[in-house]
Amino acid sequence: MDKMDKPLTQNIEPDRLFATLADYERTGGYQGLRKAVKELQPKEVQQWVKDAELRGRGGSGFPAGLKWSLVPMDDARQVRYLIANGDEMEPGTFKDRFLLEKDPHQLIEGMIIAAYAIQARTAYIFLRAEYHLAARRLEQALQEARAKDYLGERILNSDFSLDIHLHTSAGRYICGEETALINALEGKRAHPRTKPPFAVVSGLWGRPTVVNNIETLCNVPHIIRYGVEWYKGLGRGADHGTKLFGASGRVKRPGLWELPMGTPIREIFEEQAGGMQAGFSLRGLLPGGASTEFLLPEQLDVPMDYEAVAKAGSRMGTGGLIILDDKTCPVKMVLNLELFFAQESCGWCTPCRDGLPWAAALLQDIVEGRGRLEDLETLSGLTRMMGLGHTFCALALGAMEPLQSALKFFRADFERYITGAGEG
Amino acid sequence: MATIEIDGVQYQVEAGESLLPVCLALGFDLTYFCWHPALGSVGACRQCAVIHYHDPEDQKGRLVMACMTPVADGMRLSIEAEQAREFRRDNIELLMINHPHDCPVCEEGGECHLQDMTLMSGHTTRRYRGRKRTHKNQYLGPFINHEMNRCIACYRCVRFYGDYAGGKDLQVFGMHNNVYFGRFEDGVLENEFSGNLVEVCPTGVFTDRTFSAHYARKWDLQTAPSVCAHCGLGCNTAPGERYGELRRVINRYNGEVNGYFLCDRGRFGYGFVNSPDRILKPRMHDRMDITPEAAQQQLCDWLADRAIGIGSPRASLEANFALRSRVGEENFFLGLGDNEQSLLEAIVEILRHGGIRSPSLREVEQADAVLILGEDVTHSAPRLALSLRQSVRNAAFERARSLNIAPWLDKPVREQQIDHRSPLFIASVCATRLDDAAADTYRGSPEDIARLGFAIAHDLDPGAPEPAGLNDDARALAVAIADCLRQARRPLVVAGTASASHAVIEAAYNVAKALPAKDRQLTFTVPECNSLGLAMMGGRRLRQAFEAVRDAGRVIILENDLYRRAPAWEVDAFLQAAGRVAVIDCLSSKTAEKAALLLPAATFAETDGTLVNNEGRAQRYFQVYPAPEPVRGSWQWLSAGMDNLSFDALTAACAEAFPALTAITQAAPGAGFTVDGMKIPRQPRRYSGRTAMEAHINISEPQRPVDPETPFTFSMEGAAADVPAALEPIIWAPGWNSNQAVNKFQDGIGGHLRGGDYGIRLIEASGALDWFNAIPDAFKPVKSQWRIILLPHIFGSEELSLRSPPLAERSPSPLAMLNPSDASALAVQAGDSVEISCFSGGPIVVLPVSIEPSLPAGLLGITAGRQETQRFRQSEPATLKKALGEVPS
Repeated sequence: MDKMDKPLTQNIEPDRLFATLADYERTGGYQGLRKAVKELQPKEVQQWVKDAELRGRGGSGFPAGLKWSLVPMDDARQVRYLIANGDEMEPGTFKDRFLLEKDPHQLIEGMIIAAYAIQARTAYIFLRAEYHLAARRLEQALQEARAKDYLGERILNSDFSLDIHLHTSAGRYICGEETALINALEGKRAHPRTKPPFAVVSGLWGRPTVVNNIETLCNVPHIIRYGVEWYKGLGRGADHGTKLFGASGRVKRPGLWELPMGTPIREIFEEQAGGMQAGFSLRGLLPGGASTEFLLPEQLDVPMDYEAVAKAGSRMGTGGLIILDDKTCPVKMVLNLELFFAQESCGWCTPCRDGLPWAAALLQDIVEGRGRLEDLETLSGLTRMMGLGHTFCALALGAMEPLQSALKFFRADFERYITGAGEG
Repeated sequence: MATIEIDGVQYQVEAGESLLPVCLALGFDLTYFCWHPALGSVGACRQCAVIHYHDPEDQKGRLVMACMTPVADGMRLSIEAEQAREFRRDNIELLMINHPHDCPVCEEGGECHLQDMTLMSGHTTRRYRGRKRTHKNQYLGPFINHEMNRCIACYRCVRFYGDYAGGKDLQVFGMHNNVYFGRFEDGVLENEFSGNLVEVCPTGVFTDRTFSAHYARKWDLQTAPSVCAHCGLGCNTAPGERYGELRRVINRYNGEVNGYFLCDRGRFGYGFVNSPDRILKPRMHDRMDITPEAAQQQLCDWLADRAIGIGSPRASLEANFALRSRVGEENFFLGLGDNEQSLLEAIVEILRHGGIRSPSLREVEQADAVLILGEDVTHSAPRLALSLRQSVRNAAFERARSLNIAPWLDKPVREQQIDHRSPLFIASVCATRLDDAAADTYRGSPEDIARLGFAIAHDLDPGAPEPAGLNDDARALAVAIADCLRQARRPLVVAGTASASHAVIEAAYNVAKALPAKDRQLTFTVPECNSLGLAMMGGRRLRQAFEAVRDAGRVIILENDLYRRAPAWEVDAFLQAAGRVAVIDCLSSKTAEKAALLLPAATFAETDGTLVNNEGRAQRYFQVYPAPEPVRGSWQWLSAGMDNLSFDALTAACAEAFPALTAITQAAPGAGFTVDGMKIPRQPRRYSGRTAMEAHINISEPQRPVDPETPFTFSMEGAAADVPAALEPIIWAPGWNSNQAVNKFQDGIGGHLRGGDYGIRLIEASGALDWFNAIPDAFKPVKSQWRIILLPHIFGSEELSLRSPPLAERSPSPLAMLNPSDASALAVQAGDSVEISCFSGGPIVVLPVSIEPSLPAGLLGITAGRQETQRFRQSEPATLKKALGEVPS
C-alpha cells in the first residue's frame, strides 16, 4: 500500500521522532484547511463529511457529519464549541496517543476544519492526564500553527477565527464520556449529563458543542483534501476510510496499524500481530478495548466493521484487540477489568456505583477460594441490572460486557474455582 | 392532556410531565430517592424503574426511569411487571450494601424514606458478604448532626444546599462507591437554610441536632398546625411535643407560602419555649408568687378603672383585640416603635389601596425580574430570600422551553443558567447574602436607595416624579433596571421596614405603580409575626402612651419588651410614671422585671391565635400541647372578665370590629369543626406509652386534657380520614412514614394542598394611590459624624429565637461596621473598638469594629435587635472615637 492508503499515518516514520510542521506541510498538510476556508461554505464541509460517512472512532461509531449537522447554525451570535476528546483511557487502547505524539498537526488541522464547519470560535483539546509527551508536542504544534496563521484571528485571510486550548485532564475514565468531559472542562465533577439535551444543543457552558474523538478529527483533513469518493474507496466493507487497529496480549508483535475499515480480525491478529507467541494459543479476544464482549477463535474472520462486530456479539469499540491466551485465567482477567471499572465509576448512579464493586468483590471471592456457586447467578443478575438503559451512562454497561461474555464462554473456569479444582 | 395506561388501567394526565410525579399523584406507591418535587429529576438513584411498552403488541417492554421519562399520549406502562419490581428490589439491595443496620438507634427511624422505600420495594435478604465502607463524620455546627455511614448517595443534599439554596460549603467529594457529602473541613454550615437538609436527606445522614438533645420518635410527638413566630412571612410549621416539652419544629407544607422549606431561624429558634427564662407563675412585684386566681382578680381590678393597654406585633390578633376591648380603643397603643408604626401604616395603606398585588412566596418564585430596595432579605425575611433565588431561574426555564428541554430536568435547565438568568437587582446599604444571585447591585444610604427607586419609577413612567441631581452612575443604573423591569411579564418590587425609611417604601410603590406589566407585584417585609395584623388593626402610638400615662396610672403590657421599642430613658420614665404596670408575657425581659403584676403567657406552642403575614394572609396557630398550669394564653388572661369568652367568639368579635379583618374567621375552622362527627387527633395513632407516661405519679391513666377551643383533641383518637390536608397535624400515609407522605395530600405534586392551602388572604389589590412626591435629598456625609444604620441578622436580631441556645450560638457578636476610609480616618482596624455617642444623648456604647468595604462612607452599620445595641435608633447621627483599653464584655 502506498501512503495514500494510509492517510492517518503517512507522516509517521520509524526513524522520525515526530512529524514537524514542515514534515506535515510537505505531504500536503493544511491544504485541506486552505480548501475548506477558501472554497467551501461551512454547510458544505458538513455535507462532505456526512457524505464520506465518517463514523466516530471513539467507540460508538456515531456519524460525525450527522453530529455536526445537528448543531443549530441559524443564529450568528450563538457561541459554539468544538472539543477534541483525547481522554483515551480505555484499557488496551493507545491509538490516539500515537496520532498525537507522532503527528500533532494532523489533529490541529482536523479541528480547525471541524470548527469551521460548525462555526465554533473556540475549541478545546481534552487530553488524558498521563499523556505528557502528547501535551508537550501539541503545545508546540499549536504555537507553530498560530505563527503560521492557521490559528487565531482571520485564519488564512478568511473571515474565520479560532483558537484552540489544550486542557489536560485530572485523570478519570469517565471523562471519555463526552458530557462528563464537558462537566470536567467546566471545572465540575465529572458526572455524565442528562441526555437529551445532547451536547450539540446544550454542551459546554450550555452552548452547542461538538465533541469528536481524536482519530475521527484526524480523518477530516484528508476527506476535504482528497474528496469523498477517494475516502469511501479506502474501506473494505460497509464502513469507509482507514482506522488504527491495535493488538495487545501474548501476540508476537503487539502494536498498532493503520488498515482499511472492514479488515478481518484474522488479518490484524495473524498478519500484523504475527499470531500467538510460541507456547500460547488463542482463547478469546476483546475486539475494541476492555468494555467489549469476548469473541472466540472461531470468530476471527469477522471484519472490523461496526455492524459486523455487533452481529458477532460484541462491539468494534476502539479497535484495540486484547488477546486472551490459554495460559491466562479469564476469571482473573475479568476481575482485573472489573476492579478498574469499579474504581472508575463516577459515583452518580446506584447500579454502577454500588454494583460494580460488588461484582469485583464476588470475583475476588471466587479467585481467592471463597466463592459459592450462587455467586455466578448473582454476577449474572448484576450484568442484567446494569443492562442497556438501566444505568445513567454506558460505563457500567461496558463494564458488564466482558463479564457477561466470560460467564457465558468460560463458565467452567469460574466453577473450577468454586468447586475447589483451582485455577483454570 | 394525555391518556396513559398503567398496568391495564387508563388515566388522564398532563402530557410532558415527568412520569414519576404523575404516578405519585395518581396514588401509586413508586419508590424513589434522588427526585424531589422542588429539585426535579436527575436520574441518579435508578429507583423509580417502570416498564414502558413500545406499542400495544409489545409484551416485553423496556425498563425506564419514571423520573426521566416524559408523559406522552398513548403510553403503556407497568409498575407491577416482575422485571420492574425485581429491578427496584435489587437496586435497594445495592443501596443497602453499605448502609448500617442501625435503625433502632438512628434518629431518622420511623420517619425514614429509606426505610419506607426498602419495605415498599420488597428487599429483605442481604446477599452481599463483604465489609461495609465507613466514613468519618464532621462537626457541622449547632443545628445539624452528620452520620455519613448512612449515606445512600442520592445527591439530594448537595442539590438542595448548593443548587437550590446557593450554599457553597457543602460539597460531594470522592468517587465510585466512596462519595462523601460534607464540608471541606469540620465547621458550621454557612447557609441559612441548612436545616432543610434534615428533611431533604432521605435517611439519617443529616439530622436535627437540637432534637437530639431531647429526642422522641415521630410517632410519639404531639403536633398541631402552627405558624412560625420568628419573622413576618408566616411559614407553616409542625412543632412536636412530648412530656410537656417542645422537642422540635419541622416544615408544614403550604403550597402558597413556604412550600417544602423553612429557614434555620424558624426551624431552630423554638428553644425559647423550653427556656429557664420562661415566666411560669404569676407574680407581684418583689417577685412574690401569687395564685392565678389572685392574679386574675388583680388584673380585672386594674382593668375596671382606666388603664393603658400596650399591644404587641408578636402577639395574636385575638390577644391584642382582647386587650383593646378591655382598655377601650382610646387607651390602646400598638406597642411598636414610632417610626416602625409609621412604616407599617404606610405599608398597610399601599397594600390595601395601592392597587398592586402582594404576592405569596409561590408567586415570588415566578417573578421574572426583581428589584429589592433597601433590604438584606436573608436577614429580614429569610425564607423570601430562598424564593427570590428561585425567581432568577425563570429565564433558564424559558430558554430550556425553547430548546425543548422539560422544566423538570433539573441539570439541563441549570446548564442554561450561565447565559440565562432573570434579573435581580439589589439596592442595599451594604453587601447582602443574595448578591451572588444578583444581576447588579447598588450601595447607598436609605435616601440614596429611595432616590434610585424614584429614578427607576420616573424612567418607567414619566408621570412619576424625578429625583433632582442624581449622579450619572445612579441614573445609568436606574435606566438599565427600568429597562429590565419594563420587559418583564411578572416584575416584582421588594422593600420593607428594615431600611426604616418612608422614602424607600414610597419609592418601591412608585416603581411598582409605574410598571407596565399587568402581573406586577409588590411585597414588603415586616419584622415580626403579626406586625401587619397589628397595623391593620391600628391603634395609637407608643409616644402617645408615654404622654397618656400621666392620666391613667395603670398600664397593661401585652407580650412586649418596650426597651426594644423606645429609648431606655423614655421607657424608664414611662414605667415609673405608670406606677402600676402589669405585664403578660412568656419570657423574662427588662420590661417584665419592672412589672408590679406579672402574668405568665403561653407561647405559640401552648395556645391559639391568628397572625397576619406580610402578604396579608391570616393564619391560625393551634395549641400543640396544654400550657403548664397556671400559664395561659394572653387572650385568656385578658378575656377572663368578659363572660369567659371562647377563642372563636373572640376571633369573631375581632373580625366584626375591623372590616379589614372580616375574613380572619375563615383562616381556619373553629372549635365546632368535626370530621365524621369527630375531632382531629393531635397524636399519631401509634403514639406510645400513654398509659405509662405518668405511671410514676399515678398508675391510673389520667384524663386527657379537654380542648374546647379548637377542632383538635389531645389524643390519638378521632377523625382518621378525610381531614382537610391543611389541618393534618401529622403528615402520614400508609407506607409513607417520612415527610414524603405529603405527596398524598397535594392536588398535584408540589402544588396546593387538597382542599386548599392554609390561611386566607385578607388583602386583594384594589384602588390606586397617587405618586409619592417626597423625594429625599442625597445623603451627604458630614465630617466626623456618622449615620446609624441598624442591620438585622437572621440569628441575632429576633427577640424570641435569640433565647434558643443553638441559635444564640450562631448569633454574631454585635459590631460597628465602618467603611475602610472612615476606619482609617478614625485610625481603627478590624477588631479595635469604637466609642459611639449618639446625638440624642444616653450612655456611650463601645462596640468592636468590623470593616465593611461595601458600606458607604459616613454610615455606621450596627447589628440590630441586640441588648447591647438597643439604645440605637435608625438614622440617628453619632460621633465615633477609637476606644482605648479593654472592650467591656
